[in-house]
Amino acid sequence: MSGVASAPSAPSARNPWLTATAWRRLFRDRPILPLLALLALLVALSELVRPGIVNPNWAGFILRTAVPLAILAGCQTLTMLTGGIDLSVGAVASGSGFLVATLVGDQGLAVAILAAVVVASLAGLLTGIGVGVFRVHPLIMTLGMGLVVFGLANWWQLVMVQTGGGTPDELRWIGSGSFMGIVPHSLLVFVPLALVILVGLRRTGYGRLLYAIGDNPVAARLSGARAWQVIVLLYVISAVMAAIAGFLVSGLTNVASVTLADSYVLPSVAAAVIGGTSIMGGRGGYGGTIVGALILTVIISLLSSLGYPEAVRQVLFGAIIVTVAAAYTRITAES
Amino acid sequence: MTVTGTDLLLEATGVSKTYGAVVALKSASLAVRPGEVHALMGANGAGKSTLVKILTGAVHPDTGTIAVRGRERVVHSPAEARRGGLVSVYQEPALIPDLDIRSNLRLTETPIEPFRHWLRELGLVDLDLSSMARRVPLASLRIIDLARALAIEPDVLMLDEMTAALPANLTEKVLEVVGRLRGGDRSVIFISHRLIEIAAVCDRATVLREGETVGVVDVTEGSEERIVELMLGQAVEALSAQPEGAAGRQIPAGATPRLTVRGLSHGTKLHDASFELYPGEVLGVVALEGQGQDELFNILAGSERPSEGELLVDGSPVSFRHPADAIRAGLVYVAADRAEALLMQRSVRENIALPFTTRIRSWGPIDLSGERKRVDTAIATLQIDTRARGEVRRLSGGNQQKVTIARWVAGGVRTMLCFDPTRGIDIRTKSQIYVLLRDLAASGAAVLLYTSELKEVQLACDRAIVIFGGRVVAEIAVEDADEPALLRAAYNLRSDARMPEHLAAEAVAEADAAAEAAAEADR
Repeated sequence: MSGVASAPSAPSARNPWLTATAWRRLFRDRPILPLLALLALLVALSELVRPGIVNPNWAGFILRTAVPLAILAGCQTLTMLTGGIDLSVGAVASGSGFLVATLVGDQGLAVAILAAVVVASLAGLLTGIGVGVFRVHPLIMTLGMGLVVFGLANWWQLVMVQTGGGTPDELRWIGSGSFMGIVPHSLLVFVPLALVILVGLRRTGYGRLLYAIGDNPVAARLSGARAWQVIVLLYVISAVMAAIAGFLVSGLTNVASVTLADSYVLPSVAAAVIGGTSIMGGRGGYGGTIVGALILTVIISLLSSLGYPEAVRQVLFGAIIVTVAAAYTRITAES
Repeated sequence: MTVTGTDLLLEATGVSKTYGAVVALKSASLAVRPGEVHALMGANGAGKSTLVKILTGAVHPDTGTIAVRGRERVVHSPAEARRGGLVSVYQEPALIPDLDIRSNLRLTETPIEPFRHWLRELGLVDLDLSSMARRVPLASLRIIDLARALAIEPDVLMLDEMTAALPANLTEKVLEVVGRLRGGDRSVIFISHRLIEIAAVCDRATVLREGETVGVVDVTEGSEERIVELMLGQAVEALSAQPEGAAGRQIPAGATPRLTVRGLSHGTKLHDASFELYPGEVLGVVALEGQGQDELFNILAGSERPSEGELLVDGSPVSFRHPADAIRAGLVYVAADRAEALLMQRSVRENIALPFTTRIRSWGPIDLSGERKRVDTAIATLQIDTRARGEVRRLSGGNQQKVTIARWVAGGVRTMLCFDPTRGIDIRTKSQIYVLLRDLAASGAAVLLYTSELKEVQLACDRAIVIFGGRVVAEIAVEDADEPALLRAAYNLRSDARMPEHLAAEAVAEADAAAEAAAEADR
């Protein structure tokens, strides 16, 4: 009874790299490889469909569009690691962008952004208390909180109807501008944020606890972890990230509306799932999610370059998400 | 006591079952006559529950036959066993909590009138059939389960620990009703840890040991001793074997106990349990299944709160609201169920380091080199095979258990609570764990060790306490804590009641005769 339960199978006479088992093991140990391969395949397909489309400008456009999605998918990744999900990100992101646009005229940018972050944190705090202390299922809690935030934003819209406002220039610069027309300014926000998440998940006690609670809440509890503390902070972090994404989206589109980021919610979950984060908790990471967000953005661009009507694009997009997620789970699963 | 095959109601012969390398049943037989209440006895791991599962169709035997009224049957599922006339009632009621009682009855096609009749017989008169099963008290649910089984008039009724955790007055009723079934054309297979109940209602008892039927005993006055002897087997002869490793250290007079448990109670299982655990000792806890030991350990680990009683750590009272409180007081818990303790998808390192990062002040960046040092030391101490360190679920059971212990050893142990830590792991790992527990005690830690393997007490402990019916009923010094003494105490028999030599010899002879008879029947 000593040693490894699933011992490596005996090497066959054939080249081990050609066996399905070898590939499967590679994919299981390095789940990001098949994702990068798929991304490369999609880029090649784009070039095939519309020769010449793949150029530095196109790459810049893809990055610029992918950044807000990748941040919102980060909210899903962190919450999904604990077995949760955050469906309030759409409303929180839209509301934050809208709040900044309405406040910036009177209060200045710094105060407007601070106010939006504080409001988002409060929403996250309430969600966290609901999920962590009162044990409301995250799906219900975040859907409900999303509705509450949306309602408050609507009310705020009525109150502020007289102030014109609009997306401040600084947000437009960071959301849609790029260095030399290629490297998006939004990377100035995204790269540090992504590094904090990537390192935080691996090398902080808090990151370890997210995985622990998602993998086995009983074991985490028996080891002395108080899950509610972890969960409350988690949903605050998620809401603040959603607010940051909201600023970028409103800068990218030059629009401030209470439903601005709603269409990002499903893709953000899909990007995390395609990126290999288990919706059951305990498995995954942010690296895969970033690639997942890029994959989805390229698919959207590919579909629109094919010139299909909107309805067909939506059907194809949904079908592709499901197919990719199913295939990915299969090729990286334990044999 | 030879019986011809035809007048038996239920007959199982030569039943065996292996799980991988583990032999659960070697050669078990069971013969139930019409109209008798037949006890099925055996110590932990004797194969009792496997035989029960085979009879009810939940598990398929590797070899052996089961015959009902002389006709051989192959039982594929509990439903089929039911149609074949064998119905079981377990300790945990099998009612669907979100349906009312009437719907539950309908599900199993139970006739209502006979059901009501048996309810009255069992003394449960004021039951509203339209109440949700969830809202009915647990004890009543057990009675309902029994009445439901009786109502369909099965040929063989199997009661598996049905009376455990049943209040005394209801137990009496159940025994009364079971006793009244004697002499008819139906039979009862009765499984209980309580020898008094066996003596009160059973006609005969089949005793299992190490997967074999070692004897069939007519239950008369004084046959409890013989049953215990049969369950023990060679352990009687091994009396003189000197225990190794166990130190039997003397506790210095006037020492402050690390842990004092006073009058601890919880629910229906734990009643007024009291004992003391001293630094530098390994205190064994021995109990039959379901005597309150689970509740005791859950309370000590901070997972549950006692309804009464107090806990003192180093002489000062404590109250745990969360496992984190127990850990802060130095009480760390090693569970028997590794699925409960491990992050199966995470690495060995993360599993061992888990308790390091649970407090808010340690949520920040991890000192990776310091952590590696502590984890590597713990891995070396426990000799964990880390070839599959990437994911704990790929480790063997023994190595997984070592990881759950290493987690606490890495942080420095003051008091370790081990709940059956060697269950289902290989012998080499077991002995490594005993050595480790002795080492911990030698370095001043206090260890509380519940074990379902009586042998372990003399291998690892300094003294042992025995829990029966939620109370500490005996304390036994390690020199005296051989298997017969522990098992007697666990069944709450007088510990000084030694069986005279000639009686023991008789019991063995009878067992042989029974085995021969079984072999005869096989042919």
